[in-house]
Amino acid sequence: MAIGVKVMKRPERDVSYVRATLKGMMLTFRKMLEPKVTMQYPEEKSAPEAERGAWSLSPRWRGTHRMLTDEQGRSKCVACGLCPQICPANCIKLVPGEDEEGNRYPLIYEIDEFRCVFCGYCQEVCPEEAIHVGVHYENAEYSRDRFVYDLERLSSQTHPVSTLWDPTDPKGE
Amino acid sequence: MTPELKGFLLLTVVKLLVVFTITMVGVALLTLMERKVSAWMQYRRGPNRVGFAGLLQPAADGLKNIIKEETLPAQANRLLFVLAPALSFIPALTLTSIIPWASPLPVRFDFTLPLLGRFVYDGLLPMAVADLPVGMLFVLAIGSTGVYGIALAGWSSNNKYALLGGLRASAQMVSYEVAMGLAVVPVVILTGNMAFSEIIKAQQQLAFGWFILPLFLSFHNFLVAGFAETNRSPFDLPEAESELVAGYHTEYSAMKFSMFYIAEYTSMVTISAMVTTLFLGGWDIPFTHWDETPGVLQTVVTGAVMFAKMFFWLFFFMWVRWTLPRFRYDQLMALGWKVLMPIGLAYVMLIATAVYITDSLLALTSPMLKMLILTGINLALGYIVFIVIDRGLLISGSKNRPVPGGLDRAA
Repeated sequence: MAIGVKVMKRPERDVSYVRATLKGMMLTFRKMLEPKVTMQYPEEKSAPEAERGAWSLSPRWRGTHRMLTDEQGRSKCVACGLCPQICPANCIKLVPGEDEEGNRYPLIYEIDEFRCVFCGYCQEVCPEEAIHVGVHYENAEYSRDRFVYDLERLSSQTHPVSTLWDPTDPKGE
Repeated sequence: MTPELKGFLLLTVVKLLVVFTITMVGVALLTLMERKVSAWMQYRRGPNRVGFAGLLQPAADGLKNIIKEETLPAQANRLLFVLAPALSFIPALTLTSIIPWASPLPVRFDFTLPLLGRFVYDGLLPMAVADLPVGMLFVLAIGSTGVYGIALAGWSSNNKYALLGGLRASAQMVSYEVAMGLAVVPVVILTGNMAFSEIIKAQQQLAFGWFILPLFLSFHNFLVAGFAETNRSPFDLPEAESELVAGYHTEYSAMKFSMFYIAEYTSMVTISAMVTTLFLGGWDIPFTHWDETPGVLQTVVTGAVMFAKMFFWLFFFMWVRWTLPRFRYDQLMALGWKVLMPIGLAYVMLIATAVYITDSLLALTSPMLKMLILTGINLALGYIVFIVIDRGLLISGSKNRPVPGGLDRAA
């Protein structure tokens, strides 16, 4: 047996195409006069929720990384190695070092933003709240190697960092 | 050459240049307007990057199209492929020459130029490049030649989609040419003349003597046929992008492609001007006879009025395009041959009979009464056509579609 084809019974005697056309045209005309919703991107940009209301990135947005620093301007990272361990994309390169006082710090800390899948595990796992994913989206560069962010680059970023959870619902309820 | 002839030629050349320039600039701005209107109807803003509010967008598009690479399909018929855009562009542009854009301008000059001699003109200057006595026939004749460009473009591209688009275009334009011709006949019956200037004059007799009310069905048929003639949505089957890539201009690029676009928009201008002239009194300002006495101010104001009316119809074209979905091909043919043509024929008979009765049998002298009678007839007819008959009968639903073996077998 052939595949059953459902034949829709269309209302043929009860529709007026002329009136349906006029109705549709009234609709498009009304829509034409309504305010436009397109955000004019280069002039208008999304900003944190507090400032701008409707057109803003979520505080949970996971963008390119940022390394937080302490008061002396040193990175908070203690080179514990948890983030490269948990990173599913294997995009974090960490070479730990230790100074005379026994404080561990990263000799090399690089994130390849091309390999990164922006899962946010690095921020979640970090015991020092050092590495963060940022609420940020303008990442254009002129060459591919500029997308490997080194420690200095990560530390000098100033954009807001992701909360990873909804601040109004911290327990995820 | 007599000084009078030289004066006439000089003015004609000036009018030609003015009309050509205005049409080309207008067409360029129409492409912008189309994008703006479509954007607004979809909650968008439309192009607003180039120039103030995007006003230079057509210039940017034009520049891009001029410097783009021209491609020529390997197996295409070179001659026809190159000729086709011009063939569709020239008739569209030719038609703009016979439209009266404003009331006649009183012109008087008499001067002598070195080498060229004396130029004399004294009298009323029609604000059309050529006020042809057979204007209406000219429109129908030249308008139908536009299909050559499209059909040849489709054929010479050596591309199946283009060929299908070209075939559809020829069938569609030939079909709707009939409906359009029939829609014009009642106007000619009422006017007794084919010249556009006379058609406008006939609509100026009364305070509000526009033919849209006494010939409403004609107006409707003409508008629908006009949409089909310009290949605009909902009759844009020749380019039906969802089925035929881009239809007849699939293989065209750069300025040749642009030519088809210019032709389409010029046809839109022509059809808008025709609707305005035939049914909305052309440059006539209703409820006043001030515009009938020639004068410079009158020419300017009536020109603006003509522009306003045309602008509405141009907007209407876009409005419909962004509202209605495309017809199915058999629906298109059914609408042309089974609906518009019979209605048009019957309407011609009816109007002819009505005019015969009012003019010869009743010998009515008041044009007002005649118009009222015709309006009454149209009200009744409009009720029958748009309210009673239009119940899934005007545009056939799926019931008229031939299915091999019938739908029941599948169900």
